[in-house]
Amino acid sequence: MNFVIPDVVPAIPEIFMLAMTCIVLLSGLFLQRRYPSLPYMLSLLALVGAVVLTVALYKHTTEITFHNSYIIDHIGSILKVTILGTCFFVFLYCRRYVADRNILNTEFYVLCLFSVLGMMVLVSAYSFISLYLGLEIFSLPLYALIALQRDAARSAEAAMKYFIMGAVASGMLLYGLSMIYGATKSVDIAVVSQVLTSVPASQNLILVFGLVFVVVGVAFKLGGAPFHMWVPDVYEGAPSAVTLFIATAPKIAAFAMAVRLLVDMMPLYQVEWQHMLIVVALVSMAIGNFVAIVQTNLKRMLAYSSIAHMGYMSLGLLSGNAQGYSAASFYIIVYTIMSLGAFGMVTILSGKGFEMETINDYKGLNSRNPWLAFIMLLLMFSMAGVPPIAGFFAKLGVIESLVEAHLVWLAVLALVFAIIGAYYYLRVVKVMYFDAPEHQSRIDTTSMDTRIAISANGLFILVLGIFPGIIFNLCKAAF
Amino acid sequence: MDGNSIHNISMIIVFAPLVGAIIAGFFGKKLGPRMSHQVTIFLMTIAFVLAMYLAKLVFMDGQTYNGTIYTWGVSGSFQFNVGFLIDRLSTMMMLCVTFVSLAVHVYSIGYMHGDPGYQRFFAYISLFTFAMLMLVSANNFFQLFFGWEGVGLVSYLLIGFWFRRDNANFGSLKAFLVNRVGDFGFILGISAILNYFGSVDYQAVFDQVPQFAASNPTLSIIPGLHWSVITVICILLFIGAMGKSAQMPLHVWLPESMEGPTPISALIHAATMVTAGVFMVSRMSPLFELSQNALSLVLIIGSAGALFTGLIAIVQTDIKRVVAYSTLSQLGYMMAGLGASAFSAGLFHLFTHACFKALLFLGAGSVIIGMHHEQDMRKMGNLRKYMPITYVCFLIGALALSAIPPFAGYYSKDAIIEAVHASTIPGATIAYWCVLLGAFVTALYTFRAFFWTFHTQERMSDKVRAHLKESPWVVWAPLVALAIPSIFLGMILVGPMLYGKPPLLGDAIYVAPQYNVLAEMAKEYHGPWSMAFHSVMTLPFWLAVSGVFVAWLAYCGMPSLPEMFASRLRWAHATLTYKFGFDDFNQFFFVRGCRRIAGWCYRVGDQMIVDGFFVNGSGRVVQWVSRVSRHLQSGYLYHYAFAMILGLVVFLSWLVLG
Amino acid sequence: MTLTAYLIIGAILFGISLAGIVLNRKNLIVLLMCIELMLLAVNTNFVAFSHFLGDNAGEVFVFFILTVAAAEAAIGLAILMVLYRKRHTINVDDLNTLKG
Repeated sequence: MNFVIPDVVPAIPEIFMLAMTCIVLLSGLFLQRRYPSLPYMLSLLALVGAVVLTVALYKHTTEITFHNSYIIDHIGSILKVTILGTCFFVFLYCRRYVADRNILNTEFYVLCLFSVLGMMVLVSAYSFISLYLGLEIFSLPLYALIALQRDAARSAEAAMKYFIMGAVASGMLLYGLSMIYGATKSVDIAVVSQVLTSVPASQNLILVFGLVFVVVGVAFKLGGAPFHMWVPDVYEGAPSAVTLFIATAPKIAAFAMAVRLLVDMMPLYQVEWQHMLIVVALVSMAIGNFVAIVQTNLKRMLAYSSIAHMGYMSLGLLSGNAQGYSAASFYIIVYTIMSLGAFGMVTILSGKGFEMETINDYKGLNSRNPWLAFIMLLLMFSMAGVPPIAGFFAKLGVIESLVEAHLVWLAVLALVFAIIGAYYYLRVVKVMYFDAPEHQSRIDTTSMDTRIAISANGLFILVLGIFPGIIFNLCKAAF
Repeated sequence: MDGNSIHNISMIIVFAPLVGAIIAGFFGKKLGPRMSHQVTIFLMTIAFVLAMYLAKLVFMDGQTYNGTIYTWGVSGSFQFNVGFLIDRLSTMMMLCVTFVSLAVHVYSIGYMHGDPGYQRFFAYISLFTFAMLMLVSANNFFQLFFGWEGVGLVSYLLIGFWFRRDNANFGSLKAFLVNRVGDFGFILGISAILNYFGSVDYQAVFDQVPQFAASNPTLSIIPGLHWSVITVICILLFIGAMGKSAQMPLHVWLPESMEGPTPISALIHAATMVTAGVFMVSRMSPLFELSQNALSLVLIIGSAGALFTGLIAIVQTDIKRVVAYSTLSQLGYMMAGLGASAFSAGLFHLFTHACFKALLFLGAGSVIIGMHHEQDMRKMGNLRKYMPITYVCFLIGALALSAIPPFAGYYSKDAIIEAVHASTIPGATIAYWCVLLGAFVTALYTFRAFFWTFHTQERMSDKVRAHLKESPWVVWAPLVALAIPSIFLGMILVGPMLYGKPPLLGDAIYVAPQYNVLAEMAKEYHGPWSMAFHSVMTLPFWLAVSGVFVAWLAYCGMPSLPEMFASRLRWAHATLTYKFGFDDFNQFFFVRGCRRIAGWCYRVGDQMIVDGFFVNGSGRVVQWVSRVSRHLQSGYLYHYAFAMILGLVVFLSWLVLG
Repeated sequence: MTLTAYLIIGAILFGISLAGIVLNRKNLIVLLMCIELMLLAVNTNFVAFSHFLGDNAGEVFVFFILTVAAAEAAIGLAILMVLYRKRHTINVDDLNTLKG
């Protein structure tokens, strides 16, 4: 047996990230006294470098390396760039929040970077082993991140819940993978999908058995109902900066996992996973939209809204055609940008010693800071799906693909839920614009860079609504 | 002149108001009130003048234009374009919109004087004009939808313009929610078109329609029931039109919208936006003409609305509300005209109505200024002594609305009534009786408001009376400008618009030969004056005249009559003041915030079920469901794990065992 | 022993661990143990498949899973420590301040 040195070039962005993360860790250990903002700067540099490398190494062909366990393709590159860009903005928003609180500064960035590394591996994973490793590299730092604010009992509880649920979910996913391995004698996604075309009917049952577990694992990571229970508690309990991170980039990674495991690996079992995803999507939209209405904590409300959004996104996946997959990837990217803005707003408005967490805190935001209120309005309208903001196009694409797949009844239900959902987003707008503020002071917690970042974020949503083609065409080319 | 110049002119017409809105909206604080209104009015004037020039090109020189300006997005084989379809229909609409909008801009200088949100107001109305022009000039459904939502948004913002008033907030919320119901149908309709025709371009869709209809495809939403695709599409689109054009039972938001400033009521909630539904149905005439069921629905909903909302207007005491309910009623007339396939007649009424209804609203606004923002007619009376110009203008508007020949409203409304009479579409008989009785009702409530406000004794307080005087010229000049077309527009347009060969709207409207009622009527038409003289021998005329007479009798001749009516026919009076129950239910929740369920059973009429179901019932159910289902999130880890395992087991047993 | 027997053992272990998570309402450490048990069930599966199919990939996978399980346990216990320091309890029933 001769060992062939694999082609490492496609993995250079990940290798770079790993190296930079270690450097950030070391710089935090030895140089932070002298240069307090060094880890932060290096982290941003790492992200920018990884984006540059990912784009530079992108070729128009699909490449598989590391003995069939690593893939670099169009959709993967798009998702990676989105993850890195998201994380870049997360760091911009978080800097002051983290510095103001009892959160270990360097550790925060390092854990985030490790998690991002895991996501990149997960996005490119093409065998069960690399997939599982990517999944755990991205999940484990998240558990630690939540508990990082060591003086908050609430975040410890959230971390514990997330940890237990996450471990159970990855256990289930593994169990499913073991079944599929048993039926196909391979852990490589490419080989598995090949073998599946000629699998005897007797193996069918065990494959479906494995598939159910896989869908459960994927749905958990996405935060789709009924595997969503961790989402509200974690979003509310975690420090806002961490919530900001958890609510954005991991969704993309989970989406990548769904694409790899369902679309790439098991297209032949589309009917089965479509049925399961229909249930997941319906229950998610129902629970997410209904329960969000009665929430008083904005983070918790947005958590339920994220459950609902994952329901909409699944609609694209389950429609089972190329149009649906590209609509779903557009949806997940738009959702990530929207929730980046919304949670970013929560983070940057929270100052030293106070949090802007409950919806009442946003009373009269318009009179306290009209520009930020306007950005928030854009974000809320986009989430509600008001045209011509990006969220509308995302929903439209998904619903269109449902109609294409002859699932009109599902499209109708999705619209009904969207109407119900509009209520709680508009409530935030109403509170910001029509209620009297509880404090008269102008909000001055934001610095210049965060203001620019949040403005760019909000306006990008608007621009994306007017020119959706910027990203939509990329997504379309991927499937 | 080539198509290119039409293209450029339309671009300027549509985008000039947007520029005005941006300038007044973002730089209003720096420019100050004076500059803001100057800029927006200047740009509006440009738009109006160019719209007239465009009308010359289209009507005199017979040019049309249909082209893409910009490709918004591409999805699969579909293109979402921004494009203009400039034909006779859209040019008429553009002319109408820019004219009324200009008048309202000028009027607002006086009406909004000293308001803290002055610049914001001008930005909004310019923005509205832009959205409305986008809507009417669209050459595809996508842009139509953009304009549709755009006008809806501005309308929402403007109803809540005085956001410190609770009623204004409730009104805007209500408008938003009810319009969402309509939009829901509209989106589904557009999606269905996209699905079946593979395009959102008007021309591409209409080209395919004849072939498509010939194969008569069906679809089944509920398994086992097969519906004609065209009918489903038309009904879905019409649901959208019902929301925007406030047809029963989605009309409940329009009276509430009167919480906005009066110029807005004139511009958005009378003359332009609410007619978007009428415009859209006419634009879709090639589709609607192929579905008798859809036409029948339009006819019945329209005519029922024309009568019943008119009845409500009789018992209103707020001058703006009377005009608002009359708008509902007139929108019903327009829809009835469309349903009878007399698209030209419906649109004709749209144009004349835009003039005289804007006139009535602005007249009412002038009264309100004079009365120091008092809208209750019980506290007015004998205002003709103080406001002669407003009096005359309001009288002209009232005559036009009541369809007294030879004022504008007569020609258009009479054409609709005749068209419904001549129609053979199922339901036309009932519809005819509705619109016929509506003629009486219209005259009654219009002149009731007129006599009550401008005649009878003075009931205002001395303090108000001391300051009562004619409004400034910026207020009455638009009234005069609108009064002129309210008198003459009917006689000028009636010939070319309805009976011309070819008709004024040309091929922008498609009428199937078997429904062509206007052609039948054309045989008996011998010019506007003979039509006016002939009217003395027709029923609608006498109904209108008797309406005026009854109004006079009740408020000037025998003032005790209304009281008698109210006490003797208490049930009728109550039904009308309760607005057939439509609004009552909403008041219950939104205005009083009261949750008395006891009265609920008592007022369950069939219409209330519709209203309660769509507006409040669903809201309540949602609240209840969310309160209950949040308890699922118990906080206990083992419940979370249990939910997960439950999901797993359900999936397993479903797929593996089942 | 046949493959089926091993798979049944795996399934039983998996079931026990799930049951433990749902039924245990007292000690959080038991939950951590259940999670380890769950991973062991998966490992049993992989090893059994690997042996009976004659393919090494499954066994390799098991090593990775074991490593990750160790890291997971470390993080779990660390979070447990933080929680205990704040709350002075590791009772599952007490973890319900976040809800609704």
